[in-house]
Amino acid sequence: MTATDHRPGPDHAARATQPADGTGPGTGTGPGAAAGPGAAAGPGAAADPGAAAAAATDAILADTLSHTARGVVVDSPPGAGKSTLVVRAAREIAATGRPLMIVAQTNAQVDDLVERLATAEPELGVGRLHSSDAHPYDPALDRHAQVRTSAKAADLAGLPVVVSTAAKWAHVRPPDDVPWQHAIVDEAYQMRSDALLAVARLFQRALFVGDPGQLDPFSQVGTDQWAGLSHDPSASAVTALLAHHPDLPQHRLPVSWRLPASAAPLVSRAFYPYTPFRSGTGPGERRLAFGAGADGSAVDGVLDEAARSGWGLLELPAAHTPRTDPQAVAAVARVVGRLLAREAVTADERTPRPVPLTADRVAVGTAHRDQAAAVRAALTALGVTGVTVDTANRLQGREYDVTVVLHPLSGRPDATAFHLETGRLCVLTSRHRHACVVVCRAGVPELLDDHPSAEPVTLGVPVRFPDGWAAQQTVLAELGAHRVTQA
Amino acid sequence: MTLLATLARVEAAASGRAQPLATVRHRHLAEHPMVFVPLTTAGEAGAPLGALVGTDPAAPTLLTVPQPRDRDLRFRFLAELADVLLPHLESAQDAVETVPRRSGEAAERCVDAPQLVVPNAGGVAFVRLLGRSMRFRRTAEEDPDAPHPAPARVPLLGRWLTHYGERARVPGSALLLSATELLTRHWATGQSPLEDQHLGALLAWLRAAEADVPGRDGGDGRDGGDGRDGGGGAAGARAALRAETERDAEGLLRTPPAGPATDPAFDNQRLAPAVARYDAGVFGAEAEIRTLLATQLRPTWDAVWEALERVRALPPGERVAARWEGDRWSYTAHRDRLRAGEPPQPRRDDAVTAARKLAARERDQARLSAQEALDDPLVLAGRRLAGEAFAGEVTAVEEAYSTGRRPMPRPLVTVRTGDEPQLAVGTKVYRVLPGDGRTQGGECAALPGPGLVTVRLTGGMGRGAQPAAGSVPVAGDTVCWTLFEHQPRGGPDLPDPEDTPWTHGGPPAGGPEEPDRATGEDLL
Repeated sequence: MTATDHRPGPDHAARATQPADGTGPGTGTGPGAAAGPGAAAGPGAAADPGAAAAAATDAILADTLSHTARGVVVDSPPGAGKSTLVVRAAREIAATGRPLMIVAQTNAQVDDLVERLATAEPELGVGRLHSSDAHPYDPALDRHAQVRTSAKAADLAGLPVVVSTAAKWAHVRPPDDVPWQHAIVDEAYQMRSDALLAVARLFQRALFVGDPGQLDPFSQVGTDQWAGLSHDPSASAVTALLAHHPDLPQHRLPVSWRLPASAAPLVSRAFYPYTPFRSGTGPGERRLAFGAGADGSAVDGVLDEAARSGWGLLELPAAHTPRTDPQAVAAVARVVGRLLAREAVTADERTPRPVPLTADRVAVGTAHRDQAAAVRAALTALGVTGVTVDTANRLQGREYDVTVVLHPLSGRPDATAFHLETGRLCVLTSRHRHACVVVCRAGVPELLDDHPSAEPVTLGVPVRFPDGWAAQQTVLAELGAHRVTQA
Repeated sequence: MTLLATLARVEAAASGRAQPLATVRHRHLAEHPMVFVPLTTAGEAGAPLGALVGTDPAAPTLLTVPQPRDRDLRFRFLAELADVLLPHLESAQDAVETVPRRSGEAAERCVDAPQLVVPNAGGVAFVRLLGRSMRFRRTAEEDPDAPHPAPARVPLLGRWLTHYGERARVPGSALLLSATELLTRHWATGQSPLEDQHLGALLAWLRAAEADVPGRDGGDGRDGGDGRDGGGGAAGARAALRAETERDAEGLLRTPPAGPATDPAFDNQRLAPAVARYDAGVFGAEAEIRTLLATQLRPTWDAVWEALERVRALPPGERVAARWEGDRWSYTAHRDRLRAGEPPQPRRDDAVTAARKLAARERDQARLSAQEALDDPLVLAGRRLAGEAFAGEVTAVEEAYSTGRRPMPRPLVTVRTGDEPQLAVGTKVYRVLPGDGRTQGGECAALPGPGLVTVRLTGGMGRGAQPAAGSVPVAGDTVCWTLFEHQPRGGPDLPDPEDTPWTHGGPPAGGPEEPDRATGEDLL
């Protein structure tokens, strides 16, 4: 069985009784909400993913611009066009003449948004509010005449759109007259409740956009004493918002344009079981191939499997290892090295003619920073440069053609809450447009069986589905079909 | 846990002796801390059974409740506890100093703060529970119609214990300490962190570290087959297991648990019959209960003082006193709130208060991690091993200046190091300047070769066109750079609680808190 065969079988269709649209009128779609009669069941039922996505976007914009609610929440699965939505919403809000502030979580996200906004609408005045550090923003923004940059919010007053990080916005004092009439909060599920508390006085109403499946915000210190409170400062901004305003309209984007047809069903089933989505492309539309043949090694074998099916699992012998497992790190590096050395080419709906896969379109994902550092060192030793190597936290929101993942539980004697966290595995397995190769020690299913999730249940905290344990099992069961064993 | 701490645990397990995790003491210890060893009643949340409390190891005050389910006896206990604890907690209120604040005003700060020490994390939780159960009580004076008025000073003690319990959540704070936390910060044992919560077992590992002969702990040799014996170096494990499980002929633990929970065998065989005799009005039953509880409390009392002596033997870290200043501010602020007649701490934090506390604790955690590393080469070694710091010899110093209207010195310092820091060009680094202890900032300018790091100094050189004397290292100097800040700053200002934004439910309702609907009279 290969991943390209994963057109929704009977099993999947049975699970996916919820349409992946969010387009119905009213759209008060919590996980259990009934589907509208017009939205018939099952992926594949709606004819055109583009039409479904456009309908969802129209509904979101209608709610956002109608001003009936103070907040609108949009859940976006990986690669569902969240940035495109933010840019479009920003332009439409700006067109109404209401001053708009955009809150993103990192400087890279802010720079990216400003760049997209400026490119999409060269006439629009955009403010980039930045810190007073040495290199506060991407100098590439300076080539847009319409972009004004400053460390002081007052300098940017009057611009239709001002973009900055949550951390910087928190230092802006509310203006004396009217605060911003509208805000867009990007990556709202990665923003902590206390960060929203610090900026919410700046705007009257807001559009909250984010991916609920990615990593939750966290704190280095204990926060148990606030667990269950509606304003728990360590919860996500969306959790706090919805705890106080459960009636706000919630939408979701129904189509992942990033994930290939081989990956969307698994990611949807494992991490979004009650809010399924589909891929924007069909089976066979994304193709990965190699110019050079396989050398018969397990590494080449797993690459061939990944090229054919979209998934590959390179399984190393079971062992308990330190975090920076030298064998696993070396295997990850070899997979990347062979991927590039074998002259991989990709073809997809954007570029039907095969183009060479370059190093900047490849990423390696790990759970820990020291693992990333070890992989970087191993790649350098192989002479491979230009490949992104980072932790799940830092890969959030990024997109690559091929990803190589060091499994978070590989070689571990225990399965802690950190390593079981749903969002970590979700980020790692949903960054790719073509294929994802997972490197892992054998024995993880047994490890999972030995460590059933035993997190304390707190009153007032909604139980999250799926839990990391179940998601890990789902992903492993799928990967098992694409296993290549290395001795 | 750092790799070095894991190594220390493995070494402790292999050698049977506790291993040091620190070379200096990382927590402030008062000269005369108040030790508080509480016991609670099994199956009866918040019903104290007894306590040993005092500042003199040789003369603890024993407080007991002969029938813990009797509300009046419980109040009597709490009143007695207030008589012992409050004079200590209030003792430092009036000795003050005046210090300038950043705003320019002068502020009053208590020159010292009373310290409270409990045996373990359970003791800290019990302090919080006592505080919560007492601070909302009404005395007869405050509310003549209350059905069960509390003794006069009990609500006040509740507010103090609540403050101490809450302060104990702040990383690096020392108003309320637990003996197990103190010991595990400074030594690693070969058992699990959960087992480390048993004060007796923890001390057994430490005592084994001092035994003369490896593998022999002065035991009588009867206990070779305890299942933990891994061969030669099992002294600590054996001694710890004995502390946890060894029972006398009557089936009672030889080392009673450090509380607040009691040994069930003691409850069943000794305490329950004695309480029954008390209920039946048997003469002498109350004295018997006192004697019984003393047998359970005294070993823990002695253990807490032993723990304090062991930790006190370490020299204090350089920045411990500065952290204690934070505790003194906290103490002073609570004193001021009491004096201003403010109501007791609310049952739950409002949105702004919770966010402020979290921000302050995150800052304090970052500060604590940085300061412990700067104070203690062993802790720093762990950070170096994790790639968060590097030390080495300066091989070259190159003069360089910033571009701009007024060029400032930006010397390039190249260091040869055996560490493997997680550096990239542009990463900020920090070091302590020799002499005055200020922090100098820099950034990684280049990684010219294996084991070589070039740092561009960006600060700490004064305002002149030439760097201040001693602020730039010279070739041959040994320097240590950290990738973490030394004085991490806190987050932004949050709105005042009355300006809580709509996203968080708006301003909290004013006025006194309503009792829980489910338990009408109960304000727990």
